[in-house]
Amino acid sequence: MVDGFADTSRFRLVEAPPLARFVLRAPDTALKAAGKAYGLALPEALNHGASHGERGKPGARVALHLGPDEWWLIVPEAEGPDVAAALESALGSHPHSLVNVSHRQVGYVLEGEGAAGLLNAGCPLDLSEAAFPPGMATRSLFHRVGLMIWRMAPGLFRLEIDRSLAPYFVAALAEAAKDHS
Amino acid sequence: MLLIRCPWCGMDRPEIEFRHAGAAHITRPGPPDRVSDEEWAAFLYLRDNPKGRVAERWRHVHGCGRFFNAVRDTVTDVFVVTYKAGEPRPPETGPGESQPTEARP
Ligand SMILES: [Zn+2]
Repeated sequence: MVDGFADTSRFRLVEAPPLARFVLRAPDTALKAAGKAYGLALPEALNHGASHGERGKPGARVALHLGPDEWWLIVPEAEGPDVAAALESALGSHPHSLVNVSHRQVGYVLEGEGAAGLLNAGCPLDLSEAAFPPGMATRSLFHRVGLMIWRMAPGLFRLEIDRSLAPYFVAALAEAAKDHS
Repeated sequence: MLLIRCPWCGMDRPEIEFRHAGAAHITRPGPPDRVSDEEWAAFLYLRDNPKGRVAERWRHVHGCGRFFNAVRDTVTDVFVVTYKAGEPRPPETGPGESQPTEARP
């Protein structure tokens, strides 16, 4: 549960534990090497996410393909330095940038049968399963703030929001929740 | 809400995810030491403002982040076509008068 947001039987909001986050910018030719070093193949299809393991638990890996040459890599906080070192050494011969943005964002999980409808209170994307199937991940907007939406299952969304904008997001979501519970 | 097709994402996405970024296909003159003040002023400031189809730069800023080009009709606000930055303007899209365009399904 998150301060200022009342969970209901139809949706609940959970804040993610501290995580290490990286933005990797690299050409397609670097993908194989990056995936091998990361321990999870980076998704080739744009606006798709891949993962294994449980969020925050040892060995968990998330890779989100959010721009033509841009991937977000999210791992347990303690594993950040090792992951960065492994990627840097594997990508030495490829032009790339790997930036640690761990503290830039806050992660949330929004889950429940009413999760998509609640997100649509502020997000203009078509969140029907036909248009936004599980596995899809993209940046978009929630009212005035940008956010990243990754649908892991029909009623399970992972969200990443800039830290300073998170209070606005939670307040706006809580307001919308009054109409959706 | 107006939907705009991002040629990188390959999807129709809501208008508010995008930012307009001025006229497309403006070539920067050079080299700088051989460019006259008039040429440079024209590059910086002089733009057509036609009634009809124009080629514009747009950015999918709240999405994949990429710039692309779009041919838009300034009368109807219809996006005739969008294409990746660096690609030429599709010849069949004008320039020309505003013309009725079937809305995409
Ligand atoms: Zn896009």
